[in-house]
Formats: sequence, C-alpha cells, structure tokens
Amino acid sequence: MTSQGATGDMLLEVKGLTKHFTLHGDIYSKLAGEKTQLLKAVDGIDFHIRRGETLGLVGESGCGKSTTARLVTRLIEPTAGEVRLKDEDLLAFSPARMKETRKDVQLVFQDPYSSLNPRKTVMHILSRPMEIHGLAGSWSEKRDRVLDLLRRVGLGVEHIDRYPHEFSGGQRQRIAIARALSVDPELVIGDEPVSALDVSIQAQILNLFRDLQDEFGLTYLFIAHDLSVIRHISDRVAVMYVGKIVETGPAAQLFEEPLHPYTKALLAAVPEADPDKPPPRLTLRGEVSTPLDPPPGCRLCGRCPRETAICAEVSPPLVDVGGDRQVACHHL
Amino acid sequence: MPETVLELDDLTVRFRLRRGDLTAVDGVSFAIDRGETFGLVGESGSGKSVTARAIMRLIPDPPGEIQRGRILFGGDNVLDKSDAEMRALRGRHIAMVFQEPMSALNPVFTVCEQISDALRTNLGLSRQEARERVVELLSLVGIPSPQKRLDSYVHEFSGGMRQRVMLAMALSCNPGFLIADEPTTALDVTIQATILELITGMIERLGMSLLFITHNLGVVAHSCDKIGVMYASHMVELGEKREIFANPQHPYTVGLLNSIPRLDAQARHLTPIAGSVCNMMEPPSGCKFHPRCVHAMDVCRREVPRLKEVAPGHLAACHLHDRGATA
Repeated sequence: MTSQGATGDMLLEVKGLTKHFTLHGDIYSKLAGEKTQLLKAVDGIDFHIRRGETLGLVGESGCGKSTTARLVTRLIEPTAGEVRLKDEDLLAFSPARMKETRKDVQLVFQDPYSSLNPRKTVMHILSRPMEIHGLAGSWSEKRDRVLDLLRRVGLGVEHIDRYPHEFSGGQRQRIAIARALSVDPELVIGDEPVSALDVSIQAQILNLFRDLQDEFGLTYLFIAHDLSVIRHISDRVAVMYVGKIVETGPAAQLFEEPLHPYTKALLAAVPEADPDKPPPRLTLRGEVSTPLDPPPGCRLCGRCPRETAICAEVSPPLVDVGGDRQVACHHL
Repeated sequence: MPETVLELDDLTVRFRLRRGDLTAVDGVSFAIDRGETFGLVGESGSGKSVTARAIMRLIPDPPGEIQRGRILFGGDNVLDKSDAEMRALRGRHIAMVFQEPMSALNPVFTVCEQISDALRTNLGLSRQEARERVVELLSLVGIPSPQKRLDSYVHEFSGGMRQRVMLAMALSCNPGFLIADEPTTALDVTIQATILELITGMIERLGMSLLFITHNLGVVAHSCDKIGVMYASHMVELGEKREIFANPQHPYTVGLLNSIPRLDAQARHLTPIAGSVCNMMEPPSGCKFHPRCVHAMDVCRREVPRLKEVAPGHLAACHLHDRGATA
C-alpha cells in the first residue's frame, strides 16, 4: 500500500475492518445452556480504493461483501478496524459530520423494486437528496437538475412525473443510479447493482456505470458475485471468502493467473458461454465453510488441495507478492 | 432415426387476466429425442417456464388456458389425458426440478417422508422399502451420510444440498424425462458447478432426456446438445448447440451473446441490446423483437416471421432470412 504513491490519490482505505454479530439464540437454546455464537461476517479485512478507480469485490453469498458495503458507509458500526475516507477517520465523525459526508459516498442497491419508494414520483426521488444536502434552491432549479440527471442515465423528460411501478427493472436501476448521482458523490458503492437484471439489460447498465465514471470521474466499489461482471467493470479486484479477503490484484492479472486456491476454484466453476471452453468444475471439496465460530487458521481448511498442518493453526495474512497483488495463503 | 420422446407442436398458452389477455407462449414447436439434452433459453417473461409447466399440465385454468397445439409425450397427446392419467404420468415418467428448493419442498415433512410419499404412491413400496430406496437416492445425488440426513427437515440443509434433495425426489421413480427449470439459478457459482455436473452425469448414466430451462447461456453451453432461444413468447432460434454459438442467425441471439461480459478479455464497452423487453399485455405488431432490432425492416412491423431452416437442422424466425429480403 505504501508503494503506490502519495495518500493524496487514495480515496478510501480500510484497515483491519471487522464485524462480528453475536447470535443469542432463542429462549430454548438459552434454557439448554447453549453458549452464544459469534458470526464473524467480516473478519479483519484491508483494502484501499484510489481516486477514479473501480475496485470489484467478489465472493459467494454470505462471504461478507454486503456487510463490508454497510460498514464503509457506516450504516452499521464495525466491531473493530479503521475506515479512512480522504485520509480522515470516518468512524470518528460526529453525526452531523457523518450526515454531510453521506453526500460523498452513495449506494446503489441490488433490487430496484425495493430500493425506490413506490409512493413517490421520479421527481421526488431524485430531488429529495438534493434538498437534504442543500444542493438546490428553487423548484425550477431542482427540476432542471433532475432532468439533467435523467438525460445522463438514458431517461427523458417524459419520465419525470411517473412512479417506480411504471418502469421496467433496468429503467428502475437507472433511476437508482441517478439518485446516487444527484448529490455529486465521489465514491459510488454498487451492491450487486446488476444481478437482478436480465443479461441484455445488464450490459446496458454496466455500460452506463462506465460512461458515468468517465464523465464525472467517479470512484466505484462494485460488489458482485458474477465473475465475468467483475472482470468487465473492475480495475482491481478483491476476492472474499467467509469474512476474509484472500486475494487482491489488478483485474487482468488476477483473472489470467489466479494465485489463491479459492480464486482458482471460483474461476474454474464459471460456465463460460462458449462450448469450446472447458466445462465448469469444482476443484474444492465440500461446501462453503461457516462464519459461525470459525476455527483459527485458514478459512479454506478442509476444502483446499494444498492444505498442510499450518493451515489449521495460523490464519494466513494478506501479503504482497509484487505487481500490486496480495494473497493470503501459506503455500504460494 | 433416434426416437422422439417429447414433441411440442404449435403450443400456445394464454392467460385471461382482468387487464386483458396475455399470450405467454405463442406457437412454440420443438422435439426432444431420447437421451438428448435440450436447453430452452430466454430472459424473464419469455415463456420458458410456462412452456415447461404446460408439458406437466401445471398451468392453472383459469386464468391460464392452452389455446392451441399438441404436446406429444411418447406419441400420446398430454393435453387429452384425464387428471388420473396425468397423475400417473407425473413423477413416474416426467419429473421436474424447480429453481427454489425451499419453496418446492415441504417444510413440515422430513426429507424421507417427502420422497417416500412419491415412492409409495407411484411404485407401491412399503414404508421400509421406501426408506431404503430414499437412502440409495440420497447417496446417488451425493448427500454425505444419507442415513443420518434421512430424518432431517429441509431447512436443515444448505441451498446446494436442498437442490440435491429435490433431484433425488425427481429421480425417485426412474422417470425417462426430466424437466429442470432454472435448477442452479439460486445457487452460488461453485455449487452450481457441482449441481450441473451431477445433473448431466445422472442424465447420461440413467439414459434420460432433459429439458433444461435457464437464462444463463454459459450453463447451456456446457450442459445441452440442442438449444431453443425464446423471446417474448416466440421461439426465435433452434438448433444444435455448437451451431448456435458459432453461427447465431437471429438478431436477438446475436445480441444476447454480445451482451455477456467475457472472462478472458476485457472490453471497454459491451454491446447490449437496445431498449427493453416489450410489454406482453400490449405486444408490438409483427416480429416481437423489431423495436429493439438493428435490422428492423417494414415487413418486420407487419408480419410475424416463421421459423425457417437457415442451415441443416438450424432454424431461425427472422425476415432477414426470407428469400430476396433486403436489410
């Protein structure tokens, strides 16, 4: 992290970020004297995003991707760790300062059916954030800005007074993106923003993300489970497995030559839309490990072809392997 | 000449809704041979699942109605069968695997109870015989220590294991034909890989035929022999898998293939299909794809194109392939 120039071009830096949820169980398990369990959703992750770049965060369900998104936006408070936005400690911000900062970090969610208020018009949905952050004065000024936003996301003046139910899934996601952009953010976090969309529409929205990044110099944290989507949109990629980042690196290198056994397994399992490519297969044993009271050591223990005694005892740290790449594995 | 197991001929399914009529499947015809794997591909609302449900006669009537067409299974028209005959057919000869195992399986019965139910009803096994067969089935689909999992409930299984349970249930009465409706869509990619391997392996081992419904072109590329592409209730392209991937002839299929981000190379921009899927309550005239098609001509707005052979065994429904058509 130190080798990559001044911290001036660093927009977001996350160090040792951790979120443990305590599961108390129901009254019966308490009466039975069962102990509470610790769900280590995010367990000490480090990553950074430079200004203007796209970091793709990829992993299977339950690996902690969305929890990470909620932590860096302080929608939930971390158990431990540090989140630095523009070299300031985000976790130390007062509520007033935090509210102000929300303008800089905006979210686009997976499901555009539940993320837009069905009772409000597009005009309301897109102008309300401006009002909250004091970015627009008169009604006509707001309307002009909303029209401009609609145009930039590929919608038009005819859509401004409509309600969310009058739009298709792809169009709704365009509205959700316009809402994120309505307050001129620096960092946009997309939490699976294209996974609910059909493939022909997904391509449109991915192109839109790209175009808007070029136009506004946006920085993205793009969360997805689809590896080809991540490959397409990201400059750098971080691969998560059960609360840990196991590998990070520039997208092209990481996909061409994955180093961590989990990254390798993930890539080998993708069915590519080309009958001449090798068929998808699973190179790991068993199923995804549980984040509930995980044993010490590597999370991939019990599934990994490279496993030795040390893997069960010591959790491998994420170490630099050169070429802006980091891997957490004892056996490289 | 391979034996045809299932043949759909001009199948048309309509739903009479309060807002008006909706034709979900319009004149769909295709055939599946014994031992063959047929992939039915399309985006949401294209009519793939309705087609599958029509084969099983699971379309609720009202509001649904099979307006036209024939569904020949082993030479008999499924649509002429009585309810009792249908019950004898389902499970025993045609089985189905659904996308959401959690909603397709019953949460208040154990896995053993659910699977033996089918065995006892269809095959007349005793309670004990059925129980033994369930153990066999669970180990067949790769559930570790099946003896122990027998009396578990569905919620005690992970997503991938639930899908295995559903597959075990579908295979329980040795059907010759399996319909899998997006069986891996709700699963993570590594689990998807194992379930796909399991399904294709089973099909081969048991000599079954498979109708595989999915929106994922990657999945069909590796698990099917033939492909049918549906768009807005119509079958727009049909043929051998390799032929369709190498030489797609319908602009929608071409657009779909171009829309997929690739794993081995990074393009700055994808080539999506413009616009969005038409409103099925008010479909466009002529070819349903014409408002999104880059090649749209006058004739596309007027006439619905018919499926025509564009190469041996390769059919496409597009006016571009009409003799003398000019783009």
